[in-house]
Amino acid sequence: MNIAIIKYNAGNVASVMYALDRIGAKYTWTDDEKVIQAADKVIFPGVGEASTAMAYLKEKKLDQLIPTLKQPVLATCIGMQLLCKHSEENNTDCMGVFDVNIIRFQSTALKIPHIGWNSIKAHGENDLMKGLNETEFVYFVHSFYAPVYQDTSAICNYIQPFSAMLQKDNFFAAQFHAEISGKVGQKIIQNFLDL
Amino acid sequence: MLTKRIIPCLDIKEGRTVKGTNFVDLRDAGDPVELGAFYAENGADELVFLDITATIDNRKTLVELVRQVARQVNIPFTVGGGIGSIEDVSALLNAGADKVSINSSAVRRPGLIDELALQFGSQCIIVAIDTRFVDGVDWVHTHGGRNITAIKTIEWAKEVEQRGAGEILLTSMDTDGTKAGFANQLTAEISTNASIPIIASGGAGTMEDFYDIFTLGKADAGLAASIFHFKEIEINALKNYLAKKGIPMRI
Repeated sequence: MNIAIIKYNAGNVASVMYALDRIGAKYTWTDDEKVIQAADKVIFPGVGEASTAMAYLKEKKLDQLIPTLKQPVLATCIGMQLLCKHSEENNTDCMGVFDVNIIRFQSTALKIPHIGWNSIKAHGENDLMKGLNETEFVYFVHSFYAPVYQDTSAICNYIQPFSAMLQKDNFFAAQFHAEISGKVGQKIIQNFLDL
Repeated sequence: MLTKRIIPCLDIKEGRTVKGTNFVDLRDAGDPVELGAFYAENGADELVFLDITATIDNRKTLVELVRQVARQVNIPFTVGGGIGSIEDVSALLNAGADKVSINSSAVRRPGLIDELALQFGSQCIIVAIDTRFVDGVDWVHTHGGRNITAIKTIEWAKEVEQRGAGEILLTSMDTDGTKAGFANQLTAEISTNASIPIIASGGAGTMEDFYDIFTLGKADAGLAASIFHFKEIEINALKNYLAKKGIPMRI
C-alpha cells in the first residue's frame, strides 16, 4: 500500500511516521500533487496554528487538491480543523470538507488548552473505532474544537461535548493525536489503513 | 472526563538510565528505550526523560536516544535537561519528542519561552520550575536546585504562562527525595491561578500522596521517579487505587 503524508508547515510529523513504522506501513512525506493523488491512503497530520497552515496550503495549491481527493483521507488535530469550514483561530477560512466551524473553548473553571487523556465515545457511523470499546481513552492537546454535528463520529466531553472524530464519505478526522494514543490510537490508524 | 496523569521520570546520563531500577523482567534496566516502552505498556500516561549531564558532547547521544524512544513508545514523551536554544528544541522535536522542558535557560533569558512558543506552539513547551522555601517565601532555584534566584515562584509561574508555556512542571526541592508527600499547598496556589496544566513533582512516597496532590494540590499530573523504578509503587495499582477514590484515571 502506498500512503502519502501531506507535507506542509504544521508541526513535526516524526511521531506519525514512527506510528506507521510500528504498524509496518510504508509512506511518502510529500507536497507533490501527483504523488498525493496517486496514493492509496492520504494522511493529513499537523500541530500548529490555522492561519499560517492555510496560507502555506494555498501557496502550494493543496487547499484545492485535498477536498477533491477520492481515496480515504485521515486528518488529525490541526489537519482536522483545516478540513472544516472556518476556524476562529485568527479568523481563518478553511477547506470546508466538513460543514462545521471551529471555535475556541471558553471556560473560567476548566483549563485551556485541553491537554491529556480523555474518553471518546463512538457516535453514529464510525469505521475507525471498529474492534474498540464504545468508550476509549485518547490523548488530546487543543484549544479550539468542532461542535457536535451531523458528521460527528465520536464525542468527547470537555467544558461541553465536542467532535472528537468526524467522518464523511472518504474523509476521516480525529481531533486527538492517534499516533501517541497508545494501543487505542494504533488500532484507529490500523483501521484506517485497512479501509 | 479528562483524567489526571501519572508520569514516571527517567534520568539519563550519556544515553543510559541512571539511579537504576529493580525491574527484573527487563533485559537491560539501564536502557531508557526499553524502560520507557515498559512504562508505556504498564499504565504510564506520559514519560519524561531528563538528561542530567546535558553537555554539548551528549547532545547527539540524546537526539539519537529520542529517536529510538519515539520509534518504540506510543504515548507522549517530554525531553528536558540543558535545552537553551531554538536549535536544541528543533533537533529534539524532529527526532520525535512530543514536548521539551526548559528550566535554567528560561530563568536566564525569559524571552526564550516566547520564542519557542511562537516557533513550535505552546503545546510542546513545558517550563520546569524548581522551587525552595527560604525565609518564608517560595523562590525559584536553578541548576538542579542549587542556586537561589531573586524570583518568587508564584510570580514566575504567572510569567511563564503569559509568555506561552503550555504546561508547568513544578518541583519542590523541599519535598524532593523525602518521600513525605508532594508540596500540596504551593502546587494548589499555583494551579488555581494558572489556566495551563501543572505537573507536580517531588516527594511522592505513597499512593495517598498522589491522592493528596490531585485533591489538595489541584495538580493535573503527578510525576515521580524512584518509587516507580524500584517498584515501591506500580503505576497500574496506583491508578486503580486513585480511580476507586474518585480521581479520574485512564485505566
